[in-house]
Amino acid sequence: MRRLRRAKRLRRMINVLLIYLIAATGAIIFVMPFLWMLSTSLKASNEIFVFPPRWLPSSLHFENYAEALDMLPFGRYLANTLFIVIGNILGNLFSCTLAAYGFARLRAPGKNILFLLMLGTMMLPLWVTLIPQYIMFSSIGWSNGFAPLMVPAWFGWPFFIFLLRQFFMTIPQELEEAARLDGATTLGILWYIFLPLAKPALATVVVLAFIGNWNNFLTPLVYLRDSDLHTISIAINRFRGQYGGTNYNYMMAISVLAVLPVLTIFFFAQRYLIQGIVMTGSKN
Amino acid sequence: MALLPKQWRNLTPQQRETRDFYLMILPWLIGFVLFTGGPVIYSFIISLTNWTGMNTRDWVGLQNYVELFTVDPLFGTVLANTFIYGTVSVLLGVIAALGIALLMNQKVPGISIFRAIYYLPSVTSGIAIAIMWGWMFNPRSGLVNAVLALFGITGPTWFTSSQWAMPGLILVSLWGIGPNMIILLAGLQGIPQHLYDAARIDGANRWQEFTNVTLPMLSPVLFYVTVISLIGSFQIFENVLVLTNGGPGTATRVLVFDLYQNAFVNSRMGYASAQAWILCVVIMVMTWLMFRISRRMVHYEHGA
Repeated sequence: MRRLRRAKRLRRMINVLLIYLIAATGAIIFVMPFLWMLSTSLKASNEIFVFPPRWLPSSLHFENYAEALDMLPFGRYLANTLFIVIGNILGNLFSCTLAAYGFARLRAPGKNILFLLMLGTMMLPLWVTLIPQYIMFSSIGWSNGFAPLMVPAWFGWPFFIFLLRQFFMTIPQELEEAARLDGATTLGILWYIFLPLAKPALATVVVLAFIGNWNNFLTPLVYLRDSDLHTISIAINRFRGQYGGTNYNYMMAISVLAVLPVLTIFFFAQRYLIQGIVMTGSKN
Repeated sequence: MALLPKQWRNLTPQQRETRDFYLMILPWLIGFVLFTGGPVIYSFIISLTNWTGMNTRDWVGLQNYVELFTVDPLFGTVLANTFIYGTVSVLLGVIAALGIALLMNQKVPGISIFRAIYYLPSVTSGIAIAIMWGWMFNPRSGLVNAVLALFGITGPTWFTSSQWAMPGLILVSLWGIGPNMIILLAGLQGIPQHLYDAARIDGANRWQEFTNVTLPMLSPVLFYVTVISLIGSFQIFENVLVLTNGGPGTATRVLVFDLYQNAFVNSRMGYASAQAWILCVVIMVMTWLMFRISRRMVHYEHGA
C-alpha cells in the first residue's frame, strides 16, 4: 500500500517537472525576441553584424539610447502620442459608460435592435469605413490633424460599450431601486452607484484604450502628414526608412522605449487585461 | 436634467426611462450614424465611382468590381495570399493556443507566471515590434538563423525570399496567440469536473478524456476563437508593410495592403472601396460557412 502511494507520488512529481520543462521551453521562445531587442540596443555599431551573432554585447552601450533619441525630436512625438491617448481614454470613458448603462439597465422601445446593431459593428472591418471617413474628414479640412483620430472616441466604441454593459449587468438591481425610491436621477445612479462599483471594468477600459491607442499605426499614418504631428509609431516607421538596415542598435533602442510603457502597464494591470478578454471573449 | 424642455418633465416613469435611454446612448448613436453606418453606405457609393483625389468622381457602376475580377492581374494573387495567410496562421495559431491552454490548465504552483509570459507579446503589437521581427529574421545576423545554425541548419533569407516570406509572416503571427490562449483557458476551466469523473469511472484514459470530454465541451469556444482570429488575420497590415512591403514581388501582397496602396498611394478611392466591400463580403461568407459547418461539429450544452 505504502509502496503504491510512493510510486504514485513519484509519478506526480515527474509529471509536474515535465509540465515545468515544457512551459519553460515555450516561455523562453516567447521572451527571446524581447531579450534580443534589448541586447541589440546595447551593442556597439561594429558588433551588430558580426557572424555568427553574439547573444550578449561585449560591452554595454547605454549611450545608444541617448544618440538614437537625438536623431529625431522624440519628445515632440511622445507629447503628440500622449495627447491622443489620454484624450481618447477620456472620450471612451464618457461615451461608453453612458451607452453601457442605457443598454444594461434601461427599458425602451427599439433598444434590442439598437443593441444588435452595435454588436454587428464590432465585427465590421475598419477598412470599410477608412476611406469614406477619410473623404469626409478631408472635405471639412480635418485631414491633416488630430481631430479624425480623437473625435470618434467621444462617440462610443462598441467593444468598450459591450464590455461595460456586461459588467453593469452583474450589479444587483436592488441597489438602484433603493436609490430610485430616494429620488435619485438616472445620471445620479450611474455616477454614485455604478461607477464606483465598476472600477475594475473601468480600469480594463483605460488599460485597453491606452494600449490600443499607443500601438495604433494605421489611422495616424493616414491622417498625420506634417511631421510635427507625428506619433511615436509613425516616427519610428520614418526612422526605419532613414536609418533602417544599418543602425539596428539605434532602431532597437527606440523600439525598446516604444514598447516600455505597454510592458509597464502589463506588469501592473495584467489582471484587468485578462478580465477584459474573459468578459468579452475578444481582444479589442 | 433641469435644462430639458418643460413638456419633458411631466412624463410617466416608463416615458422617462425611454427618454433617459435615448439620451444616454445618444453619443454612440450619433457616432454610429456619422462614423460607422453612414460611412458604410457611403463606401459602397464610392465603390461605384472612379473617385481619384478631389476632381474625378464619375459614376462607373460595377466597373471597379469587374476590373478587380477580370482585368487586375494582381487581385487573384492578392486574394490567394490573404487566404493562405489567414487559414495557415489561424490553424497553427489555434492549435498552439489550445496546447498552451491545456498546459496552463494544469494545477501546479507558479503556472500563472507562465501564463503572463505567453500572454505578454500580444499586447506589444505595433510598428516597433514589427521592426524587431525584421531584425530577428535578418538572414545574416538575426537570431532565428543563428538558432537554426546551432542545429546545423542554414536558415533561408526569409523576408527577401519569395518562398519564405509568407512562412515568416505566419511564424511571426504565432507570437500573438495570447488572447486566444486566455479565452480557451477560461473555456477549459468552465468544463464541469463531474464529466471527467464520470469518464474515469467508465475507464477512459487521458486521450479518450480529451477527445470525448474536453474537445466537445470546448468546441463552442474553439469555434468562436477560430472565427474571430480568421477575421483578424484577413486584415494583417503593419507586419506586411514593415517586413516585406508586400514582396518580394507579390509574394506577400495581401488584400488590405493592396487596398491601402490603391487608396492612399495611387489615390484610387473608388477602386479601393470596392476592395473593402469584397473584404467585407469575404468575411461575412466565411463566417456564415463556418457556422454552417460548425452546426454539425460544435456541441452546445443547452440545446441552442
